[in-house]
Amino acid sequence: MDLKELYRDVILDHNRRPRNFGALEGASHHAEGNNPLCGDHLSLALRLDGDRIADIRFEGSGCAISTASASLMTEAVKGKDRAAVRQLFEEVHALLTKPDAPAAVALGKLAALSGVREFPVRVKCASLCWHTLNAALAANAAPVSTE
Amino acid sequence: MAANISLENAPPLLDVQAVRRDFPILATTVHGRPLTYLDSAASSQRALPVLRAVEHYERHAHANVHRGVHALSQAATAAFEGARERVRRFINAATVKEIIFVRGTTEGINLVAQSYARPRLRPGDEILITGLEHHANIVPWQMVCEQTGASLRVAAINRRGEVPFEEFQRQLSPRTRLAAFAHVSNALGTVLPVKRMIEAAHAHGAVVLIDGAQAVPHSRVDVRALGADFYTFSGHKMYAPTGIGVLYGREELLAAMPPWQGGGDMILTVSFEKTTYNELPAKFEAGTPNISGAVGLAAAMDYLEGLGIEAVAAHEQRLLELATGELARMPQIELVGTAAHKAAVLSFTMKGVHAHDLGTILDADGVAVRTGHHCAMPVMTFFGLPATARASFACYNTEEDVERLVRALARAREVFG
Repeated sequence: MDLKELYRDVILDHNRRPRNFGALEGASHHAEGNNPLCGDHLSLALRLDGDRIADIRFEGSGCAISTASASLMTEAVKGKDRAAVRQLFEEVHALLTKPDAPAAVALGKLAALSGVREFPVRVKCASLCWHTLNAALAANAAPVSTE
Repeated sequence: MAANISLENAPPLLDVQAVRRDFPILATTVHGRPLTYLDSAASSQRALPVLRAVEHYERHAHANVHRGVHALSQAATAAFEGARERVRRFINAATVKEIIFVRGTTEGINLVAQSYARPRLRPGDEILITGLEHHANIVPWQMVCEQTGASLRVAAINRRGEVPFEEFQRQLSPRTRLAAFAHVSNALGTVLPVKRMIEAAHAHGAVVLIDGAQAVPHSRVDVRALGADFYTFSGHKMYAPTGIGVLYGREELLAAMPPWQGGGDMILTVSFEKTTYNELPAKFEAGTPNISGAVGLAAAMDYLEGLGIEAVAAHEQRLLELATGELARMPQIELVGTAAHKAAVLSFTMKGVHAHDLGTILDADGVAVRTGHHCAMPVMTFFGLPATARASFACYNTEEDVERLVRALARAREVFG
């Protein structure tokens, strides 16, 4: 079992210095995500400009996988429209759950999450932010839970 | 002159290598490494004599209990009722009428909440718990409070994770109808001064339930010496199977309580007009019970007494001292819960590494610890932590297990740089 596959440098870096971390002024959409298994809590705020995510920030506390995944996600989706975000979500989902799925080129740095699929109990850590993003885009006010 | 040292009062030593041979699962390798099982507070492993007793029952003595006149039904009834007598002796209850078989501690607490508390409590009445309870000793009382209009009070813990006796006493009043608290905290390992707390609660006229899930596997429990009104524990934390546990209740209290669930075995006569209920303990055991589980629990009690509970307790305390000393020497580790009187449970955090990541990294080294909130979210909130890692020790753990934990923690530090 190779821990370096899970805790790649990109993951450790985004855990130590999460990007787009903090409150977002003038947010138009917002959602909360919780992972009761480990107590991860994520608060996601974004500002939509028409169909496009003009800005996105997150707050909360969680493990390295959930923090890094949220940080990487905010970088990846900023500037993208809903359709492109949906496409990216599908690709990340495949990356996290399908054995030996080749990382789509479009994933970029998100491909660093591929090691997570070898650790099934940790998949929820990585996917929490994406489910929370879906909820925010659907303007779903109910908190998201991985359970 | 040489000192004359008396060993008469010293606890007997445990032959831990012989004990380990009684737990076949401990020979498992995890990710190619020997298993270091430090999660017995969540669920212990099963002893061979327990597995054999269960298998023997299933192969040679199974039928439904209390129903048939045929030979196997009588054998099953004898095994099941024999297990009840074994439990009675183990906790020194006065009679087998006071031993109710339940699924586990959670069901035991819910039974008392719904059958004892719910019919009696009124608005203005209070239930007192403590700040270190497991969710199973919080939520059933919150449900009763919603149902009756009673209110829940909480005796706060201090920074060491203790419930100061004065604080507990301050929360008691003539309005306190029921006090419910752990004998040993599952999240922190704190041992509560239950005898003194029971006496104080009784002085205010309150009835007391003790959650003994973490105490019974690690110390001698005598329910009559403690003066407990209700005492409940689980089999699977004491080397027995899951799905079996015990609710002890004083006969006088149980006799006055209505049945909790209706069904077969808990009745004397049934007609569409009127049903009469069975005597204790059958009144609280509707439906076919977990017979093999009870047989396994009795075998686990034989096993524990064979080892000597005092010897097991002394062995676990030595491991606790060793592990506490080792972890205290690691500057990045912070111990959570430093009560003066503790069971062999170590809750801790590592600076810069979330407990969940710590759990994965330790697992890669074959070290199984619990990570998260340990079903005690209010305890985590009190310490301002989202989660901790928890290592818990049982009769089969060794000094080498402690060393493996320490080495794996050092590795976690390396992974996170």
